[in-house]
Parts: sequence; C-alpha cells; structure tokens
Amino acid sequence: MPAYILRRLIQSALILLGVSFITFVLLYILPADPVRQIAGRSATAETVASIRSQLGLDKPFIVQYGTYLWNLLGGDLGRSYLQKTEVGTLLVSRLPATLLLMVAAIFCELLIGLTLGMIAALYRGRPLDNALMLGSFVSVSAPQFVVALLLLYVFAVKLGWFPIGGYGTFAHLVLPALTLGILGSGWYSRIMRSSMLDVLRADFIRTARAKGLNRTRVILAHALPNAILPVIAMVGIDIGMFMSGIVVVESVFGWPGIGQLAWQAIQRVDIPIIMGVTLVSACAIVIGNLLADLIAPLIDPRIRLR
Amino acid sequence: MKKLLMSTAIAALMAVPAFAQGEEPKHGGNMIVTYKDDVATLDPAIGYDWQNWSMIKSVFDGLMDYEPGTTVLRPGLAESYTLSDDGLTYTFKLRPGVKFHNGRAMTSEDVVYSINRVVNPATQSPGQGFFGMIEGFDAAAAGDADGLSGVTAPDANTVVINLSRPDATFLHIMALNFSFVVPKEVVEAEGADFGKKPVGTGAFQLTEWSLGQRLTFEKNPDYWISGVPYLDSFTVEVGQEPIVALLRVQNGEVDLPGDGIPPAKFVEVMSDPAQAALVVEGGQLHTGYVTMNVTAAPFDKVEVRRAVNMAINKDRIVQVINGRAVPATQPLPPTMPGYTKDYAGYAYDPEAAKKLLADAGYADGFETELFVMNTDPNPRIAQAIQQDLQAIGIDAAIKSLAQANVIEAGGAGTAPMIWSGGMAWIADFPDPANFYGPILGCGGAVEGGWNWAKYCNEALDTKAADADSIVDPAKGDERLKMWSDIYMAVMEDAPWAPVFNEQRFTMKSARLGGDDALFVDPVSIPVNYDYVFIKE
Repeated sequence: MPAYILRRLIQSALILLGVSFITFVLLYILPADPVRQIAGRSATAETVASIRSQLGLDKPFIVQYGTYLWNLLGGDLGRSYLQKTEVGTLLVSRLPATLLLMVAAIFCELLIGLTLGMIAALYRGRPLDNALMLGSFVSVSAPQFVVALLLLYVFAVKLGWFPIGGYGTFAHLVLPALTLGILGSGWYSRIMRSSMLDVLRADFIRTARAKGLNRTRVILAHALPNAILPVIAMVGIDIGMFMSGIVVVESVFGWPGIGQLAWQAIQRVDIPIIMGVTLVSACAIVIGNLLADLIAPLIDPRIRLR
Repeated sequence: MKKLLMSTAIAALMAVPAFAQGEEPKHGGNMIVTYKDDVATLDPAIGYDWQNWSMIKSVFDGLMDYEPGTTVLRPGLAESYTLSDDGLTYTFKLRPGVKFHNGRAMTSEDVVYSINRVVNPATQSPGQGFFGMIEGFDAAAAGDADGLSGVTAPDANTVVINLSRPDATFLHIMALNFSFVVPKEVVEAEGADFGKKPVGTGAFQLTEWSLGQRLTFEKNPDYWISGVPYLDSFTVEVGQEPIVALLRVQNGEVDLPGDGIPPAKFVEVMSDPAQAALVVEGGQLHTGYVTMNVTAAPFDKVEVRRAVNMAINKDRIVQVINGRAVPATQPLPPTMPGYTKDYAGYAYDPEAAKKLLADAGYADGFETELFVMNTDPNPRIAQAIQQDLQAIGIDAAIKSLAQANVIEAGGAGTAPMIWSGGMAWIADFPDPANFYGPILGCGGAVEGGWNWAKYCNEALDTKAADADSIVDPAKGDERLKMWSDIYMAVMEDAPWAPVFNEQRFTMKSARLGGDDALFVDPVSIPVNYDYVFIKE
C-alpha cells in the first residue's frame, strides 16, 4: 500500500509537469502579446522592449519555462501581469469559495442522484422509472448557463427566496450548489439505478428476503450499502468535471471562486494567472482520482491496490 | 513676463452652472455599483481600463481636473499655474492643506515623485508615452537618468515643469490618471501591492477590498473641496454578470450596473417606459471605423478606399446594433472639440463606388479579408459591411478572432481591413490631438503600432505638431480649426471608413440623483462618483 501511494504520487507529479508544459507551450505560441497588453496603446517600441526584458519574455522558451518551474518549486507562482498581485495570493483568496461550492454541489448531486436512482431501480420498467431516466438525460445535457439563469430568475428574482447572486451566507450557496447538483445528478442516478438493479438480483438479497426481513430493511440495510460503492468511486473523477462547470456557474452567480478568476485572466491574457489556475485544477483532478482509488479498497475489501 | 491663466476663483464660478438646473444635492447614503470583472488595480500609474479609470479618479487627484460632466479643464491639486511666454515652462502653485488619506500633507516632492514613477521603466506603466513632451523624457524613459530633468520642486508648494517643445495637450496630460499624486513612503512600503492598497488625496478612500467580491470606498472627511463628495460611501460589487446586474437593478438592489445594459436586453429595457426613464443617454468620445491597409494593393489606391467609404450603409449598421450609435462622418466623435460640424462625409452611394473601383482598375472587384473581434455585435456588423462590399464587387472574407489576435494582426500590418469594434479608439483625454498620433500618425504606423491602416502622411504630421505648439488659450479656436483641417485631409486620403459613434446608455436607480451630465461624463465612465448623491 505505501509503495502504491508513492508510485501514484510520482505519477501525479509527472502528470502535473506535463500539464504545466503543455499549458506553457500553448500560452507561448498564442498570437497575442502580453507585453503590449501591459504597455498600453501609447507605448513606444523601447518601452515594449524594456518591459519584455524585465519580465524575461525575451528569453528563449526553454529558459522561460525552466525559470517558471524553478520558481514553482520555491512555491512562487509569479505575479499577475495586469493586477501586479502575487498569483498565490489571488488563488488562496479564491480557493475557499470554490471548495465550499464544490462540497455543497457534490452533496446536492449525491442526494438527488442517489435518491432518484434508487427509486428508479425499485420501480424498474414502470412509468416513474422512465420519467426519472428521461429527467436524468435532460439534466446531463442541459446547458449550465441556462439552468443557472433559470433558477436565478425563478427562485431569486420572482420568488425572492434567495439573494440574486453573491457570496457570504448559506442562502447565497443554495442556488449555485443546486445548479451544479442538478446537472451532475443525472450521471449518478443512472449509475445508481443500474448498480442497484445488479445488487437486487444478487443471491444475498434473495437470502435476506427468504429469511423473512421486510422489504424496507432489505433495501436500506443490505442493498443500498452495496449498490452505493461504484457511485462513491465516481466522486473523485467527478471533481474534474466540476472544474469546467464551475467557470460558468461562478460567473452567473457572482461566486468569487477560481473559475471566475480563470475566465477574467483568459480575457486579459494574464498568463501567470492562467498558469496558476490550470495547475490548481490539474491538482484537483489528480488528487480526486487518487482519492477515488485509495477509498475503493476501504469500502470494498475485494479491491486490492498493487 | 508671465501670465496667470486660471485660478480657483474662476473655476468655482464655472462650477455653478453645471448644477444650477438640477435638484439640491443631499449628503449621505451608500451607492452600489456592479461589475462583471474584478478590478485589476487602483494604482494610477498602472490602471488603464474603463472600469478602474473613474474609481482611481475618486481616490487620487492630479494637478489638473475637469469640471464634472464636461470636457472643461480646471485646476485640481494645483491652485493656479502660469506658463512662460515661450510656452515651455509651467509653474504650478499647489493648494495648501491637502492631505493624503494617511494624514500626511501632500507636497511638491510627491508630485515630482509621482510623475517620475510613471516614466520610470521599472514601473511598467502603460501611461509612460504620454509624457514625451517633458524635458529629459528619453533618458528617464530608458532608465538612463534618475527621473525627469524637466520636473523640479523649488519649494514645498511649487512644481516647475519644463517641456522640450510647446504642447497644447500638456494640461490634459496633467489631468490624466497617470499624473495623479501618490505618497512615496506608502508606494515604497507596499511595492507592487500598492494597487490593492491605494492611498491618495481623493474624495474617497478604499476601506475594504475582498478579492473577487467587493470594494468599499468611504468618504474622505478632509477632502479639499468642501462639501464633496455627497455620498458617505460607495460599494463596487464585482463578479456580477451584466444580465444578473440588470435583474438586481429592477429589484432595487443595485444603483448602477457598471457594465451597462446587456445588448440582448437593450430593446426590452428601452421599450418599457418605467425602465427607459432610468436610462441616461449621451455621446462618448468613441468612433467605430474600418481601417484599410494603405501599404498593400488594392487599398494602396485612394479610389478604392473612397469606394469603400461610399459602399458602407452606416444607417443600416446603426440599426443592426439597435440604434445604440449615430452614423459617423469623420474620425473625431461629435462631442470632441475640433469636430467639423458642416462636413457630411462620404454619402452612401454604391453606384458611384463601383465607378470609382472601375477607375482604379478593379471593375470586376477583388477578394480581401475583413478582420473583426469575435464578440457580439462585431461579427454581425462585419457581416453587414461584407454585404455592402459585395454589392460593389468586393469579396471580403470575415476573419473573426479574439481581441488580442486582431490587435496583433493590425499592428503587424497583415490585416487588409479591420472593423475596429471592441478595440476602437476611445479618447484618453478630450482633445483632438488624442485621435491622431497613435492611430493616424506616422508614429503609430510601425510594427506593433495602433495605426492599423499604416497611413503615414508626413505633411499632416508636421501640421499636427504645428497645431499642438499653439499653447496660448486665446488662440484655442485657431488650433481647433487646424485640427479640423487635418481630419478633413485624412478623409480625403480615406485610410479609414468611419462607421459610427457609439452612444452611452447609463442605467441608474430612481433614488440616484445628480445632473444627467454626470452619468454620461466624458472622462468618468460610468459616472463621476464624487458628485452623484442619493435622493431619499
């Protein structure tokens, strides 16, 4: 087990290195010059050249990348070109909001997805099952922007139950978490349904029924814990999906997370911020996957890590 | 002999009419403004977008300022100034008793430090280039000299600035954000973080900045203009989509959506009388234009460029954007001094345009490319232009790219035609000179310059320099006439096809008071925070 974790950690570091390299290359070949963005439209050629050399952007690609990595090892993500603030400071100021939203959203999607998936399995083949599966299909394919605005309009503007965007209280959290939750629940309900169906067909369920346990107890105490396993494993992978969804949802609800930061930085070609956010997202995905693999044997002793 | 040009007393007299017809301002209250993007910085040497521009104006002051809601210069931190007869030496007398937000008295040393800081290459200020007329600029800008030799402080209340050439735009430069006065010790203590912890002499001080959430500005009780500002505070909430901000305005939660009315909602808002009543419309110092690269065929022929001017149906393009603009006849916008009122521009006439093309040897038309920024409504406008050009036989393929890429292609001279929308020139200061140098003069027609037409007319450059050397305010009209002639000559050569001047539509809550002019202030977008007030 420790050897496995060590190997996975080394793999993760390599993946992050690869991600940083690819992102750096893409930003390097981007036909937009960050120096001109900084220097402004009244700048002379000398000013542009001077800023370029101060930022080290006149150096060959490999030197620029090497410098970036070296600073990164020392925990220095650089300074934003346009805000002049430490990228680390910007990320730290925004990570709590994103993490909070992510936890709340995962809670929502599990609650909605698992419940609906279970109900669908129990009513297999009946109209309710079909309706729920159709619903899950819609939720998976619905555009985030539209769902977010729809919820905002109905529950915040028309009904006034929640604030119209923003951050700070529990009430602010509900709508963005629900948006991500509804959109993500579709996957979970489908997986939960098929997993539940498999378990319900298993011998030990028949045994439990045969020894006289009532249906509710069989489902909740015997079937559910077993059916839930493959779903839990998905959560780690799901973190990656979240990173993309969060950009849109954070923008609509004015949620001050890193998705919003990324979007603004991309529009302004603020390369240090784009690099920083990309690395943080990549870390989240790598850690998510690692956790999913590490948790699996804990909840199912039949799985062994080698 | 030196002459006193303007003093506070005159300025105070001029300030009265601006508010005479409005209601009596009330003191107190908090205004809420929203923006989509977080504010990048409040450092006056760095901030150069229309979002932070007017916030910086409220936190800092320069030697010069503008009458609120107008393009009229007035003294700011300078109580008065004199200009030597040769037009080269400005002597500013500082207003006594002005304090920074940290309580320290502002002195002439701060003024000198602030201007040197912007020119110092280590600051990486986008405003550096504006100070080129000051003596010693080249050495200071290259980092070879420690500051500008032309900027000195003989005593604590006097700043003397020597120019290397007379320049009529100089006082406007002293009113630019880049000239605003910062306290040396705070800047040095905060370093690059000064932009997040600004300290100035302005009407408001920043008291809270939650990154990505909100900025709170509170009234400076010791502000040197007594009775100003009217608001106790204003809050800028960031991260708000324009469409969400509009919903919040309708709900009474927001006083001013900083990003304006979202285009998709514009018709809906303006057709609802209750909402339309909350909108203030005004001109802005903006022109949308098509550039044609004059250094390469087929646009090296003036007939072709004139033909394009005649082919574009500007009225229809204004309709495409729901009437949020007025058709343009010339590079200068109508609200800019020096605008030529009696010039009608090239009339829409496809037949005459075809004839011109035939004269130039393109009777069968030609193929070209039209570069455009890829955000709405620009591709739709480009399509309208494409159709108009098609009608006279020009087959223009649309290249719709991200803003930075279009700017890059324009600077490199690889774009035959560019529709300027989304990147168009908005004046830095209200003077006709600001629409020439970088975008139509030879200086901008270089690799990476903003003169995308690569138009370089040496005779006009000389005439522009002559016009700007007229520094006597009594000859101001003569100078404006020269500028008007310059732009008429530009239209003759037709490196651009001016298409429209965007109008500003500022939405505000019903409780927000202040003269309408403040909400379409030509130098403070969206509003001059110092002079608006809450009515209730």
